[in-house]
Amino acid sequence: CPERRLRSQVSAALKEGRVTPTELCQRCLALIRSTKFLNAYITVAEETALKQAEESEERYKRGQPLGILDGIPIAVKDNFNTAGIETTCASNMLKGYISPYNATVVQKLLDHGAVLLGKTNLDEFAMGSGSTDGVFGPVRNPWSYSKQYKEKFVPKSHSEDEESNWVITGGSSGGSAAAVSSFTCFAALGSDTGGSTRNPAAHCGVVGLKPTYGLISRHGLIPLVNSMDVPGILTRCVDDAAVLLGSLAGHDPKDSTTIQDDFKPFELPNLADVSKLSIGIPKEYHAPGLSSEILALWLKAADLFKNAGAKVVEVSLPHTRYSIVCYHVLCTAEVASNMARFDGLEYGHRSDRKDSTESMYAATRREGFNDVVRGRILSGNYFLLKQNYEKYFVKAQKVRRLIADDFVKVFRSGVDVLLTPTTLSDAAPYMEFIQEDNRTRSAQDDILTQAANMAGLPAINVPTALSERGLPVGLQFIGRSFQEKQLLTVAKWFEKQVQFPVIQLEEVKRHDNGVFQHQKSASFS
Amino acid sequence: QKVSVEVLDHLEQLALVDFRDSEGVERLQKAIQFADQLHEVNTEGVEPMDSVLEDRWCLYLREDDVTEGNCTKELLENAREKVEEYFVAPPGNIPLPKLEERETFLQGS
Repeated sequence: CPERRLRSQVSAALKEGRVTPTELCQRCLALIRSTKFLNAYITVAEETALKQAEESEERYKRGQPLGILDGIPIAVKDNFNTAGIETTCASNMLKGYISPYNATVVQKLLDHGAVLLGKTNLDEFAMGSGSTDGVFGPVRNPWSYSKQYKEKFVPKSHSEDEESNWVITGGSSGGSAAAVSSFTCFAALGSDTGGSTRNPAAHCGVVGLKPTYGLISRHGLIPLVNSMDVPGILTRCVDDAAVLLGSLAGHDPKDSTTIQDDFKPFELPNLADVSKLSIGIPKEYHAPGLSSEILALWLKAADLFKNAGAKVVEVSLPHTRYSIVCYHVLCTAEVASNMARFDGLEYGHRSDRKDSTESMYAATRREGFNDVVRGRILSGNYFLLKQNYEKYFVKAQKVRRLIADDFVKVFRSGVDVLLTPTTLSDAAPYMEFIQEDNRTRSAQDDILTQAANMAGLPAINVPTALSERGLPVGLQFIGRSFQEKQLLTVAKWFEKQVQFPVIQLEEVKRHDNGVFQHQKSASFS
Repeated sequence: QKVSVEVLDHLEQLALVDFRDSEGVERLQKAIQFADQLHEVNTEGVEPMDSVLEDRWCLYLREDDVTEGNCTKELLENAREKVEEYFVAPPGNIPLPKLEERETFLQGS
């Protein structure tokens, strides 16, 4: 995908002086302004971004850029701490909270010269699968406004029009996915606890990488589930994801859950021969509710590998269907603990109650958290009660081991990479999505992505084809622990085969100065 | 099997978060029902898993050297109520009012 690659297009252009970092930054900022209706950004850090761009320009002039990422505009999900910039987690609890420090991953990006455009929208405290439950409102999927979607749109009634029928981005990193998808930035950080990077990546037609747990530092990422959270990477193509990974991975003394092994950044080879590859197709991922369209695409992808000479085998991950239940218990339990820090005393919202500490805490939390967050805290506390601890929490931890062991067995049998769908269907219209409550939706939508978090494995969504409604559908590859290079190499090969179409957005066309070239590409389906 | 008002009350006190309305209580009931599916799984002889990195023992002790700090000013910036270098809290050791006296939805139950 040369048109969308950091390396061959923008990076080269910057190095050769065909475009300057400040021009690039200004174009992105202008595009952010004209795509405001997407509601992808909570905070746009215009001044600091331009300053960073100017500093980058100086470095290029001196012939001393910091690397490929120097001058590249990026966006960061609003649950990462960013020094001097408001970090809200899309919650009233943290409105007005100005981080005193940068999350490690943010610092690393800045150290590589990246230009931080702003903080992206999400579900409140990353709890949700639609990016619809934050206090700043829902994020709209840029594909709602694409030529591809509009052409296929068939109103179900007179009153229905495209405007009210916009579709969701998926979540919880919907803002980041929308930002990358609409070209307002070249890469974005998300987070992934149950699928929160891969799910919106699938719905927005971008690459979403969930790295192995322990590879990338979580220091500064406001925690949801300490044993599953990872920073996620969203880009327009697999090569870019490898570049981002290279700058972010590695041991962080400030995060004791990062492994100590040396991490060597890598470039992805262009795989020509897949005959030595063994692709596993887990039958349990043919989950109830999987759309026939996506099933067909998944099978077609399997055939693609088979016809290219790879070994494609059906495998079994028998405990797959308990992954969501297990997640539900472990997540709410860890959330109950992690959310306890929000009491109004040191940061964030504080209630005016003065009669006692406890009542101030209670009022602060009543005022600061939405229903979803409060619901999870209460459920979590229930599962952690003395009388329930063994029955629920410890039981879930045992089931977790069974789920993780399922993967170990499959990989031990010779499978290199697993191929599965990422979502059950293409993006739902917002009006339809909100008919069901958050927990139900999350339980439905996370079913295909959650197990990778349970087992800590790396997984990536690769945009594959457009659905009948003209919306993106992606497929997921799950790899072995810490084998990101192999995973991404396979993903890159697949990406090349499918030639996923470029989104055709009026807004982008208007700002297009050749930097966002569109290419007519053959589509997969 | 419904959760008793005593347990609901206990949860509100532990979590310092309120159920708000019948929907909140319903939400908990559904969550428990959902979680009960776990009991279908046979976990005889299976050890609970704390961390996926259990084989790569990450947790280590380092030397007790001070490597950062002196950021009092930054840390106090985000607090609403402070006096000199103290965070100010309302009087402590006062338990939350009992169920009958609290403003909670559970009162009616």
